[in-house]
Amino acid sequence: MAISFGFTISQTRVVNMDNCDFGKLHQLERITPSFKKCMNCGACTATCSAQQFVSFNIRKVKSLYTMGQLGGLDKELAKCMLCGKCTLVCPRGLNLRPIIMNMRKLLTTK
Amino acid sequence: MSQYFSPFVLPFCAAVLVLLGICIWKYVRWYKHFDRLQKAIFLKNLISWKFIPALWEAFREGILHVRISRKNLVLGYMHRSIALGWFLLIVVGAIESHMAPTESHPFWMGIFFRYFVHDTPSPGISMFFANLMDFLLLYVLSGITLAYLKKVYSRIVGMKKVTKHVIFDQFAKFSLWAIFPLRLLSESLSANLYHNGGFLTQSVGDLFSSSFASTFELLSWTCYSFSLAIFFVALPFSRYMHIFTEIVLIFFRHLGLKERTAKTGFTMYELSACSRCGICIDNCPLNKQLAIPNVQSVYFLRDLRYKRVKPEIADNCLLCARCSSDCPVNIDLMSIRQQARHKQELDTQHNYQYLDNIQPFNAIGRVGYFAGCMSHLTPAIPEAMVAIFEAAGQKYWYMDEDKTICCGRPLMQQGYLNQAGELRRKNIEMIKKSKIQFLITSCPICYQSFKKEYKLPVPVIHHTEYIAGLLQSGKIKVRKDDLKTVYHDPCELGRGCNIYKEPRQILKKTTQLVKAKSEKEDSLCCGYNLGNTLINNEQQKKIRDAAFKNLMHKKPDVIATACPMCKKAFKHSMDFPIRDIAEIVKDNLIKK
Repeated sequence: MAISFGFTISQTRVVNMDNCDFGKLHQLERITPSFKKCMNCGACTATCSAQQFVSFNIRKVKSLYTMGQLGGLDKELAKCMLCGKCTLVCPRGLNLRPIIMNMRKLLTTK
Repeated sequence: MSQYFSPFVLPFCAAVLVLLGICIWKYVRWYKHFDRLQKAIFLKNLISWKFIPALWEAFREGILHVRISRKNLVLGYMHRSIALGWFLLIVVGAIESHMAPTESHPFWMGIFFRYFVHDTPSPGISMFFANLMDFLLLYVLSGITLAYLKKVYSRIVGMKKVTKHVIFDQFAKFSLWAIFPLRLLSESLSANLYHNGGFLTQSVGDLFSSSFASTFELLSWTCYSFSLAIFFVALPFSRYMHIFTEIVLIFFRHLGLKERTAKTGFTMYELSACSRCGICIDNCPLNKQLAIPNVQSVYFLRDLRYKRVKPEIADNCLLCARCSSDCPVNIDLMSIRQQARHKQELDTQHNYQYLDNIQPFNAIGRVGYFAGCMSHLTPAIPEAMVAIFEAAGQKYWYMDEDKTICCGRPLMQQGYLNQAGELRRKNIEMIKKSKIQFLITSCPICYQSFKKEYKLPVPVIHHTEYIAGLLQSGKIKVRKDDLKTVYHDPCELGRGCNIYKEPRQILKKTTQLVKAKSEKEDSLCCGYNLGNTLINNEQQKKIRDAAFKNLMHKKPDVIATACPMCKKAFKHSMDFPIRDIAEIVKDNLIKK
């Protein structure tokens, strides 16, 4: 029986970390070193304005980006309205807006 | 003609022609780069009465420097003495040379008058002019002396930091500073030989021996001509282009031209109108609290003009508009900063198609209330607003009660114009279809966006304006408590939208309002402004702490503000009561 909780479980995913390309991750960490401080709590995702309308999970994007799974992330990031609520709620004091902007930039530029 | 010609006038004459040629060429080229709307406005208003106030302002700002004088009297005196003094030297010089009974009056006569004309039939008039010209020269020299002193000790003109100029500007500056001492020397040497000087040049001239004077007279006049020539040729490429451009810009502004979202020829006029005076440096929070030395408007405009601006300079600005309110030329610094951030190919379209199926609400006869993204992080503000609506018996539609579409200003500030436009279109559609009477917003960021970037069919007001109106019309009644409250002016509401009066009116009726150390146009940014993406949280806190210290001047019990962002900033790891004006009003409501 299908009960709707308003959210679903992410699909299981196997990532072989030996074959990942971490180039973009290192680039991002160079531009915005605070990226490393993230502890994946998901406060940003919970407060996100875009997430109220469409499935957009910035925490998931972050995790995928960290693991080098970059396919489709630029399209995902384009959903962000850059309102800055995530930055204000981040318990680690990360400045998320430049991280999102830079991630998108790095993903678009070859 | 030959009588009033000497080869040393050639550099001066050539330089004047070069200067005029380059200026006209540049101005025409920039005009060609106006966008279609700007050209239409320009041509429509070209022949109108608007020229008269423009002329007055051009005289006041280009010659008298009234706005600079308001910042600091000595600084104002320095600029005025050089501008007004030099202007009068040219005008009076021209009159003097035309009144001289010579058979021809070439245009360099006024500049090199005392070298060519030695005795006139009416000594009374020539003595009058000699003394007047000497007085004007002394006036200019007093300004130049202050400029030298400013270089050694800038606090003499009320500036902590002065602009670090590029080599070329230094070069132009020293040629300017050389002109008037050389003029004094040349006229004095001529006065020594021909006794045609006024009170200053004659007494200086008499210090020299006549053999010295006759040896160096020609050399001195040649140096004077060369210093003028170097300055004139350097002028269009250096910061001194502001001398003419500021005046042209004043006329353009009076004709109704302003900055657009993208860079146009008008921006080039604004960039060249910056005199790089450096007044924007001292009060910039990034300079004052964080000691970041190279991002202030003066450096940003310079880099943009010479086409070498880097993203880390353009992006490193809070957009708090403190520099805009300080700028004596009134350059639209915030718009230019946002233009330079344009993200080009990253600014894509159709990103927010997920908003398409959101249906507007039929709200005929109600007012719209838009809390804004940030107000959802400070739920006390919308709660208080709802309570106030109910107390006033106002029917309302809470537009973004559970889902917020961003107003688009944060995207706009970072240069995503298309994306911002997409959000804007959706919001406009929602507002139009809902048929609300007017729109109230709690967030100054949204407010500025609705007011300036949207073209809405209904009026937009900030909640402080709304509450002030309710209090005035007696729709709600409040009691006055005895807490000492200080008001923190949010940048976007104060300098952005010029709302200073209403919040203070409300606070005076509800509580004991005390003053902050600097407020209104001079208020300090809380640092959490969305404009900057490069400073980190620690740096934001430093800026916030400075703003907090400024507010604590009269030891208040409560800080009041009218921006959810500022409220959040003062809440962040701090333990001091901070409340929005709406909350204060709600708590002091007298129930009917």
